[in-house]
Amino acid sequence: MSKAARETWGDPTTAAFWEAAREHRLVLQRCADCGHWQFYPRPFCLECGSSALSWKEASGRGRVYSSSETHMAPSPDIETPYVVAVVELDEGPKLMTNIVNGRCRIGDRVRVRWREREEGPPIPDFEPDPEG
Amino acid sequence: MTRKAYIAGVAETPLGKVVDQTELSMVALAAKEALAEAGMSVKDIDAVFVNYMGEEGSVQVGEYLGIEPRWGDSTDIGGGSFEAFVDHAVLAIEAGRIEVALIAYASRQRSRRNRQLAGADDSYSIWGQFETPFRPLMPITHYALIAARHMHEFGTTPEQLAEVAVSARHWARMNEKAWSRDSLTVSDVLDSPVIATPFHRHDICLRVDGGGALILTTPERARDAAKKAIPVLGAAHGHTAWNLSQLGDFTHSAGVRSGRSAFAQAGTRPDDVDVLEPYDNFTSSVIMQIEDLGFCARGEGGPFVEEGRLRPGGGLPASTMGGGLSYNHPGALGLLLLVEAVRQLRGEAGERQVPDARIAVAHGIGGVCNSSAATVVLGRE
Repeated sequence: MSKAARETWGDPTTAAFWEAAREHRLVLQRCADCGHWQFYPRPFCLECGSSALSWKEASGRGRVYSSSETHMAPSPDIETPYVVAVVELDEGPKLMTNIVNGRCRIGDRVRVRWREREEGPPIPDFEPDPEG
Repeated sequence: MTRKAYIAGVAETPLGKVVDQTELSMVALAAKEALAEAGMSVKDIDAVFVNYMGEEGSVQVGEYLGIEPRWGDSTDIGGGSFEAFVDHAVLAIEAGRIEVALIAYASRQRSRRNRQLAGADDSYSIWGQFETPFRPLMPITHYALIAARHMHEFGTTPEQLAEVAVSARHWARMNEKAWSRDSLTVSDVLDSPVIATPFHRHDICLRVDGGGALILTTPERARDAAKKAIPVLGAAHGHTAWNLSQLGDFTHSAGVRSGRSAFAQAGTRPDDVDVLEPYDNFTSSVIMQIEDLGFCARGEGGPFVEEGRLRPGGGLPASTMGGGLSYNHPGALGLLLLVEAVRQLRGEAGERQVPDARIAVAHGIGGVCNSSAATVVLGRE
């Protein structure tokens, strides 16, 4: 990843997420007052309003909430098919991702697998979780 | 019951492939036609409600029409903004602030090929950081993920989705303005190319040029209308999430609340509805809207549409001009839903007329992930 991409990637509220991503750690905001896990980051807890948020490493595990195999790429340089999914993390929040290294059905257990890329920090793909 | 506002005129812009007009000229021509139905002229407009007409859209449209309205609204809550505009305009009329509202839209997305499926790639937006890198088709993948979850939870089938497309086609075959009028069967839908599971090509709306205009006015001014004015019985809207990760339960939407509120204002129930104009950007959306609006219980939308219930002669005639799936989808469908609902209530829908239609519902949705919903209940006096 180029120095320019590193410096310009993300925004001030998400910097900690992407710094951790560079170390292949999936971090979420956690509220010290009510215990709420929050993704994507905000300046305060949406559950209780507290500003006592800190970044905590998530388990990196969850379940497929929904998935769709895409056969038409948004640009011609992307190979199809590929699977876009929404994963519900064990901590609660949902996030969009790609399912790699095998097939998954809705409800299946998955774990994070970081994907390196040129244009920015690694992004969290998910793969079938062998530990179930 | 006293009604506060009436739709006094409606019109479509040129539809399909439009090469001899601009978006602004299309809106102007449709506005003139709708005004003629209302027995009015451009100078009578004192409020402009538009979406996707460029930066400060209401200002641009007002200027183009040579008017200086006292009320402008370019609220963007997606393709269903136009149902929300009815909600806004009714309140402004009721408050005595405006008398004649123009609600309008036009797009040449087919001719200009300006529809983007890739989404934002800037890393400063939440979208660009957390969704675009996973290469969803905007908004096809988002609705596919919503549909897949509905199928998982309730056992909704690909055949039930396909029936929505087939039903819309049956209606389109009776509408000479519809873009797609060839016969279509459930097998045709299931045999069409898979775009993003569970969607086949025919589960996805058209992408053509089009638009329309609508004139909403006071009960007093509606008396001068050249055609039968149609009272707004209820209108409500709301929204949920822009990023799919932030959408709570995928299987229902803001339409639950907008529907409940609009029906309560109208003093009607889903059972009373003669014509439904749902926002059929995707086949699954219709199934979910039928549930959201209370035509059946949650999860029962799939079985509900079986056996041709939405088709001509069915128990709940829906998408009676052929919908976004077969008639026209100019990027934002909401205005055309209102146009068709009005024509059905006036009894001027020709071959596709639903007999004795008295209550019609136009239900708009918008956003890449079922983000907004706006319900309008219309009646006949």
